[in-house]
Amino acid sequence: MWMYDKKLEYPIKIKNPDPKLAKLIITQYGGPDGELAASIRYLSQRFSMITPQAKATLNDIGTEELAHLEMIGTIVRQLTQGISTKEIEESSFAPYYADHDTAVYPVSASGVPFNASYLQSKGDPITDLYEDMAAEQKARSTYEYLIRMTDDPDVLDPLKFLREREIVHFQRFGEALRYVQDYLEEKRVFSIQS
Amino acid sequence: MEMSRNEMLKRITELDFFIIDLHLYLNTHPDDSEAITLYNDCVMQVKELRDQYNMHYGMLLANNSTSKQPWQWIDNPWPWQKNYNFELTEGNS
Repeated sequence: MWMYDKKLEYPIKIKNPDPKLAKLIITQYGGPDGELAASIRYLSQRFSMITPQAKATLNDIGTEELAHLEMIGTIVRQLTQGISTKEIEESSFAPYYADHDTAVYPVSASGVPFNASYLQSKGDPITDLYEDMAAEQKARSTYEYLIRMTDDPDVLDPLKFLREREIVHFQRFGEALRYVQDYLEEKRVFSIQS
Repeated sequence: MEMSRNEMLKRITELDFFIIDLHLYLNTHPDDSEAITLYNDCVMQVKELRDQYNMHYGMLLANNSTSKQPWQWIDNPWPWQKNYNFELTEGNS
């Protein structure tokens, strides 16, 4: 189960609205390499994971991704507050606004709604952990593209934090993979009980 | 000395982040006794701070904080609101 902690993992206080940027950053909410896909991927894969280390890693990284999902929703929301409808209308945020006003909806930057085909849960622990390592790299790349597209320190700061978490998670999944590989290579003795 | 709400929230956020990171590290390094000691120390420290925060400024962890009258959980602001959050540069002199 989960309990809500009424705070963010990392603080977000954006002074200057920027709907154009919100339209891009929403991709880490509901896009192909976003936090929702990450969280659901790990929390689903953990049911069929083996070894104590790898189970814990999926469980806890999946949980942290939920906190990142909340951070992205917060960034998107704060970027669209305190501006006129006219300003929104003239920005690239306008098509999103037509469907969702300034509400937060899981969709990619190019407007594709969230889709579970962004992730797998394959039942093969090696396959799943390789996917997870790739997913962390894809998310890191996305954060780097987003970081290139803004110079607002209020937005850069949490984006850099999230980018660094992808690197740490990649490292932890790599270590979990080693445990799984070692476990599968162990010689085992089977005995028949009479 | 009594800490302001923002100072206390900042300190809790810092400690919690350290705890999250150590927690993930320990999942794949379960025999690192130094890291376990550090982890335990941080958890004890943040427990104390959370109790103080709860007493002065309201509820943080659901089902694990007490409420004054009337029910404090519904108090604004919520974490996604601008005025909930502190500036990272605040009190960083």
